Amino acid sequence: MTVLVAILSRLGKALLTLLAIAVLNFFLLHAAPGDPAVVLAGEAGAADEQMIAQLRERFGLDQPLYVQLGKYVAGIVQLDLGYSFRQGAPVSQLIAERLPATLLLTLTAFVISLVFGIALGVAAAARVGRASDSLLTTLALIFYATPLYWAALMAVLVFSVWLGWLPGFGYETVGADFTGLARVLDIARHLVLPALTLGLFFMAVYMRMTRASMLEVSQLDFVKTARAKGLSGAAIRRRHILRNAILPVVTLAGLQAGQLVGGAVLTETVFAWPGIGRLMFESLAARDYNTILGVFIVSAAMVILFNIVTDIVYRIVDPRIGARA
Amino acid sequence: MKHLRTTTFLIAAALAAPLAAQEAGGRLDIVVQPEPPGLMMGLVQNGPTQLVAGDIYESLLRYDSDLDPQPSLAKDWEISGDGLTYTFHLNEGVTWHDGTPFSADDVVFSADVFLRETHARLRASLAYVESITAPDANTVVFKLKEPFGPFINAFEVGTMPIVPKHIYEGTDFANNEMNATPIGTGPFKFEAWEKGSYIHLVKNEDYYIEGKPYLDEVYYRVIPDAASRAVAFETGEVDVLPGGSVENWDVPRLTEMDGVCSTGKGWEFFAPLAWMWLNNREGPTADPKFRQAVMYAMDREFVKDVVWNGFGKVATGPVASATNFYSDDVTIYDHDPDKARALLEEMGYDGAPVRVLPLPYGETWQRWAEAVRQNLSEVGINVSIDSTDVAGWNEKTSQWDYDMAFTYLYQYGDPALGVSRNYTADRIQKGSPWNNVEGYENPELDAKWAAAATMVTPEERAAAYAEIQKEIVDDVPVAWLQELEFPTIYRCEVQDLVTTAIGVNDGPRDAWIRK
Repeated sequence: MTVLVAILSRLGKALLTLLAIAVLNFFLLHAAPGDPAVVLAGEAGAADEQMIAQLRERFGLDQPLYVQLGKYVAGIVQLDLGYSFRQGAPVSQLIAERLPATLLLTLTAFVISLVFGIALGVAAAARVGRASDSLLTTLALIFYATPLYWAALMAVLVFSVWLGWLPGFGYETVGADFTGLARVLDIARHLVLPALTLGLFFMAVYMRMTRASMLEVSQLDFVKTARAKGLSGAAIRRRHILRNAILPVVTLAGLQAGQLVGGAVLTETVFAWPGIGRLMFESLAARDYNTILGVFIVSAAMVILFNIVTDIVYRIVDPRIGARA
Repeated sequence: MKHLRTTTFLIAAALAAPLAAQEAGGRLDIVVQPEPPGLMMGLVQNGPTQLVAGDIYESLLRYDSDLDPQPSLAKDWEISGDGLTYTFHLNEGVTWHDGTPFSADDVVFSADVFLRETHARLRASLAYVESITAPDANTVVFKLKEPFGPFINAFEVGTMPIVPKHIYEGTDFANNEMNATPIGTGPFKFEAWEKGSYIHLVKNEDYYIEGKPYLDEVYYRVIPDAASRAVAFETGEVDVLPGGSVENWDVPRLTEMDGVCSTGKGWEFFAPLAWMWLNNREGPTADPKFRQAVMYAMDREFVKDVVWNGFGKVATGPVASATNFYSDDVTIYDHDPDKARALLEEMGYDGAPVRVLPLPYGETWQRWAEAVRQNLSEVGINVSIDSTDVAGWNEKTSQWDYDMAFTYLYQYGDPALGVSRNYTADRIQKGSPWNNVEGYENPELDAKWAAAATMVTPEERAAAYAEIQKEIVDDVPVAWLQELEFPTIYRCEVQDLVTTAIGVNDGPRDAWIRK
């Protein structure tokens, strides 16, 4: 019951936060230099006053800012994200077209980074001071320090151009018209390089954090007690140390998960992955206000949602948190 | 004298087709960058839209690389001796992609109603038109108020795309649901658009030219990163890189690959000319001597060879050499730093800082701005580079907030369509980055530009434009840089891809793959 109340109260606050974010972003965007009507007219390679006036009128940009804001807020309260100036389609449709690809990419990368990051972190902590620990730690440092853009290009060069093992870009084989399992496998093949590239950085982060946290927790008294009880090293690591050491990793993962939408602009660019990050980037360049705001709102909603999920995961991983609440 | 142009279908087909027998079938993958915002060509006229939708829509004419008109929806045409009446005879048996018959009414609706409302560039030409009528289902007559020589260049598909009356009449054009699934008369039909991935066009089986198109399908591939586009071509994922798809330094590497061909042709209609707007209103750039000094200070050959890998030509003035009525009888500004210093001293330049605004279109343009800064610094001009994104660039140029700003513009085959707009006083209007942004005022030349546009014979126009070019080049209203060349890179099996003055934009109609 208390959990339900806590969740409902969090949801209420979340909606208010979303509204505040929308209003703040609205002002930030309008404060930035650049006018969508001028950009659109510019793209046409010719513009006269009539055309710019027409465009401004069509988008409602000729109205005072407070009127535009009022209309926008009235829209989002009714779950209407408005209309894209540039693409001439509802923003919700544009986002819905792109969201699945982004979620597939970022969730895969997320799972890869979390699973391998924690596993390697535990392994490194168990071998602390030995050569294998140094190797893992050094590798993690390299992955952590490698610019994503460069890593992506190198991955394409090695695995796609030189070895020809994996497709270097795109979401699926264009024009192959695969269905069923063949299509799933085709998409999976296309997913490997972008997901690994995107996952590497966070894998390194989780690994280092898990390792450090494991080492810290392993010095605590209850671990000594467990050892004194005669439990095996593996059991102590799994049931006692990891359970406690994983909390900071969960916190960090919750933060990263919030960036799942829109956090993969670079990866999507290099691998021509048809996701939402590209949509955001292109809309920003064109000052396509409604689309950018729409992406920001969806992205903010994800951050809030994952914060709530993180809280729930905390309670499961560490029952003491629920008891204190 | 009566100008009579009658070109029959057979002759045109024979001219377009060399001796080799075209083979039907196959698929072409072409890069499109960036992804077009829409494909309804009557509403959106940006480059990527024209590249893709140029296969879906057609206009009355096409143009060869000498800019001579060729048949398209019109099979032949006449221009009356007084230059006031243009009569077009349309092909028979043409249907829209939804099966509805095409007729002269569609042309009248497109030019007189739809495009008059939506197409700013065409509107400027339509200002000369008194009436557009369809005496019968296969004839369209444009009557002009006064002679307007360049009018014959207005029938290119990006300038006057013919749109279906039965779909748009009486609707809100911008919000018509059919904009998402465009219907044209062209050789390819819209099939699918996976946003962020590709646009798929398929052969129009009912196309009115027997046997065409040869290709079964065309995929336009969206690959946002320039390096990835180069890799896509290397790995065989795409067959054609239209001009500007990859960074200049990748061009030699790609064209040296086995089985790869390239051509600089197919840009004659656009003839993109790059220059720097020089703010004629205030600061050192308001002084013609300073502007001449800028011209002498720049090593434009160096930029062409190094930044552009040798592609293009150093510009001599406001008209590109591919555009009609180009004249090279003008003052030539060679790289001469001493002359530049002398001019600066003569005007008493006090070292006031000058801001240069690069064009935010990628590395090439950034490097170009740096090369110019270095050249100008060498003669003592104090330059800072003022970088911004596309929206910021549009805002700064259209609000005149710059000292020197890079740009390049298309010329559309005729000085009256794509050149005078940048130099006459009536085109000094805040809010648009494509008119007389520099604020150059020369009433004497304004009158000459206006007169040259409405002269009847090409000979008269050529003489008038030669005089204008000679005079304006001495004033240096803007710093002309280079006639840009964007090579199209493609696999050599692809034949007849670039046969017109707009290149790949309408190329797939004639293209075929040698097996």
